[in-house]
Amino acid sequence: MSAHTTANQRTGWGFSVGTVSLLVGAVSLAVLLIAANATDPMMAAHAWIFFFLTVSGLLITGFWAGSLQKRDPFDPAFYEDTIVKFGVAAAMFWGIAGFLVGLIIALQLTFPNLLYFPDFGWTNFGRLRPLHTSAVIFAFGGNVLIATSFYVVQRTCRTRLAGGLWPWFVFWGYNLFIVIAGTGYLLGVTQSKEYAEPEWYADLWLTIVWVVYLLVFLGTLWKRKEPHIYVANWFYLSFIVTIAMLHIVNNLAIPVSLTGSKSYQLFAGVQDALTQWWYGHNAVGFFLTTGFLAIMYYFIPKRVNRPVYSYRLSIVHFWSLIFIYIWAGPHHLHYTALPQWAQTLGMVFSVMLWMPSWGGMINGVMTLSGAWDKLRTDPVVRMMIVALAFYGMSTFEGPLMSVRAVNSLSHYTEWGIAHVHSGSMGWVGFISFGALYCLVPWLWKRPALYSKSLVEWHFWLATLGILFYIVAMYVAGIMEGFMWRAYNEFGFLEYSFIETVKAKHIMYMVRAGGGLLYLTGALLMAYNLIRTAMGHGEARSTATDETSTPNPALQPAE
Amino acid sequence: MYETLASFAQTWGLGLFVLMFSVAVAYALWPGNRETFREAAHQPLTEKAPSDD
Amino acid sequence: MAFMKRHETLERHSLLLTIGILVVVAIGGLVEIAPLFYLDNTIEKVQGMRPYTPLELKGRNIYMREGCYVCHSQMVRPLRDEVERYGHYSLAAESMYDHPFQWGSKRTGPDLARVGGKYSDEWHVDHLTEPKSVVPDSVMPPYAFLKKKKLRFDDIEDHLKTLRMAGVPYTDDMIANAKADLVAQASPGADYDAEDALVARYEAASGRQGSVKVSDFDRNPGEPTEMDALIAYLQMTGTLVDFSTYEADDLNNRR
Repeated sequence: MSAHTTANQRTGWGFSVGTVSLLVGAVSLAVLLIAANATDPMMAAHAWIFFFLTVSGLLITGFWAGSLQKRDPFDPAFYEDTIVKFGVAAAMFWGIAGFLVGLIIALQLTFPNLLYFPDFGWTNFGRLRPLHTSAVIFAFGGNVLIATSFYVVQRTCRTRLAGGLWPWFVFWGYNLFIVIAGTGYLLGVTQSKEYAEPEWYADLWLTIVWVVYLLVFLGTLWKRKEPHIYVANWFYLSFIVTIAMLHIVNNLAIPVSLTGSKSYQLFAGVQDALTQWWYGHNAVGFFLTTGFLAIMYYFIPKRVNRPVYSYRLSIVHFWSLIFIYIWAGPHHLHYTALPQWAQTLGMVFSVMLWMPSWGGMINGVMTLSGAWDKLRTDPVVRMMIVALAFYGMSTFEGPLMSVRAVNSLSHYTEWGIAHVHSGSMGWVGFISFGALYCLVPWLWKRPALYSKSLVEWHFWLATLGILFYIVAMYVAGIMEGFMWRAYNEFGFLEYSFIETVKAKHIMYMVRAGGGLLYLTGALLMAYNLIRTAMGHGEARSTATDETSTPNPALQPAE
Repeated sequence: MYETLASFAQTWGLGLFVLMFSVAVAYALWPGNRETFREAAHQPLTEKAPSDD
Repeated sequence: MAFMKRHETLERHSLLLTIGILVVVAIGGLVEIAPLFYLDNTIEKVQGMRPYTPLELKGRNIYMREGCYVCHSQMVRPLRDEVERYGHYSLAAESMYDHPFQWGSKRTGPDLARVGGKYSDEWHVDHLTEPKSVVPDSVMPPYAFLKKKKLRFDDIEDHLKTLRMAGVPYTDDMIANAKADLVAQASPGADYDAEDALVARYEAASGRQGSVKVSDFDRNPGEPTEMDALIAYLQMTGTLVDFSTYEADDLNNRR
């Protein structure tokens, strides 16, 4: 049995290196053609970036394959952990970059001359904000999800990642997409659909990467040695499958020319608007929720060494969550020109969504029952539980805001900004930080983190940062919402628009302060994780005693 | 057209969703699945190498 | 052998799981999005809508490129304060040629659905060059560079053709004369025949007199700049529909 699979894998490794190289080679030839014939400078820049990076990838793969001699790089007796290490590093890097850009744009709204060059539009708010949202959601969040999904699916299936070199194609291909997207925003390449700004060629590339991601994930499930598909993998699978569907439909566009960067959306007006918010809301639902719930379902039980509170609840809440979420998009379009029946459907399903969301939160929090002391003793556990508290808070607030009457006040205001940041900084950020704090000692075989007190500092700085951020934005949002609709005694509108902008100045300052605290916490984390990987401080391996670390057993094959 | 779709959604459509939800709940609560779920829930807690059988 | 057999069913299970997920998440989108393409009353029947002129289209692309939609919505809701602040509430028909839509989601700045005609071209030039020169408390970034950048429109016909593929009713005439139309709209008095031809073409599509504005938008005669295009777009937003003929209570316009 063992000999059979090893032999099988051996023919597989050359095969996967060959096929990946073939695909990447074909792409680099195609982009070379585009680079030579580009009809606009943005496309030329992107084609050259693409060409340079794919050729570098091919060269590195070639040198690496040549240096292997007879060693099987994809030995099925070992987990593929190196790719997870790369994912952790990428997530850290993009996270800090994204938080930094967030801080810069927060300061731009507070002190409007900051980094504005009248003769040069690259750093204007309108170009930096997509850079911020994409960097934190897709670059930071995406790398966290790729890294943790690769880690979890191997452990829960007790088998090495399928596909040989193909997982590496997913990792580098995804990060290449991030580079193209990010440089595109600065250059002014955008299709102007929120959270789906990259143009047609970047979308095509991501589609290829994503299909491979799905196949790698399914392939690993197919060769698993465990009888069950653990529930975390259900959540990861729904994230991968649904994002593929949303991405393809929402980005249907016709390029003006195959050698130019500009395209026009296939759908127009009201149909395009609903497609966009069906996508936009479910990017929240399936990228930022089910993906990170998968993290919760593996890392919290693992960290506290207890099975999940109720496996039954996890099944019911899984199916109801993914079923209900997909309907909720129209609540972004209340009182717009979208037909009212669609708005009503969106509102009803949004309110129903409260239940499965809280099912997940309860399941995660109650996993700690009998080990509540860990909240006090282990700041990493505390971080993940506070993440769930923020998840519970924003999934209560979401249904509330989707009620038409509330929405008429909250929509278009800073209230929405507060809502998404309590979800993203609190839930997505904290559960990711928790997972990264777990993963680094496990991957680098360290008995503990370099410094537990630095984790404490991170926890408190970030929590305080979020509170400053969201309180400031709630106040600003509700205030401007009421100012917009305020009437004076003569029956005229009381405030001009600019007065409502001016009124938010102090709140903008407090918000930027909150962002600074959050970024500082992330920098402490990066420092802590790097020292942990290097084996310094408490991470120095003292003896063979590694009880606090689940040993991912890198043993030779039997 | 609109009326036809709306009336279908409010009758058969609603019934279908209730049915789907009942199936999910029944699957989760089925006594025969209890042991399966217990095993699955404990699965991540045991750490084994890919080669261990 | 027994192992292989079990393996086979497991493979099927994960595939079943994938298909199950896909079916469950497809239902909501299908039920909500698909009818919008088929129900007649999704888009109101109004008079005045026409495709963007080449210059306005270019301006709209600059609006998107600079991320204006990040801070400015283009969707007036039927709420008393909004109608009084911005004008008649937005209709679905008004964005029927918008690929993509620009309804926005945040008002860090005011709604722009009906900004057309509210301010003079000069005001827009000053405001875009240095917003604080006309609105001292503004937090908007300056866009002075638009004045200096010559508009690139050598492939404008391809843009119109692409939009026609997506369903915008550009005529052969509009496509053939796209370059001349673009230049004519930003250079009043330079070529009266070209100007008349442009106005005739797009007014015919709109069915309304006065729905095409010709002006030296950037107040700088010569080749069209990006400033010309952006202001041309801003000056026409929300001005096309003839609201004197729009009957909100007509059954076909109920939604």
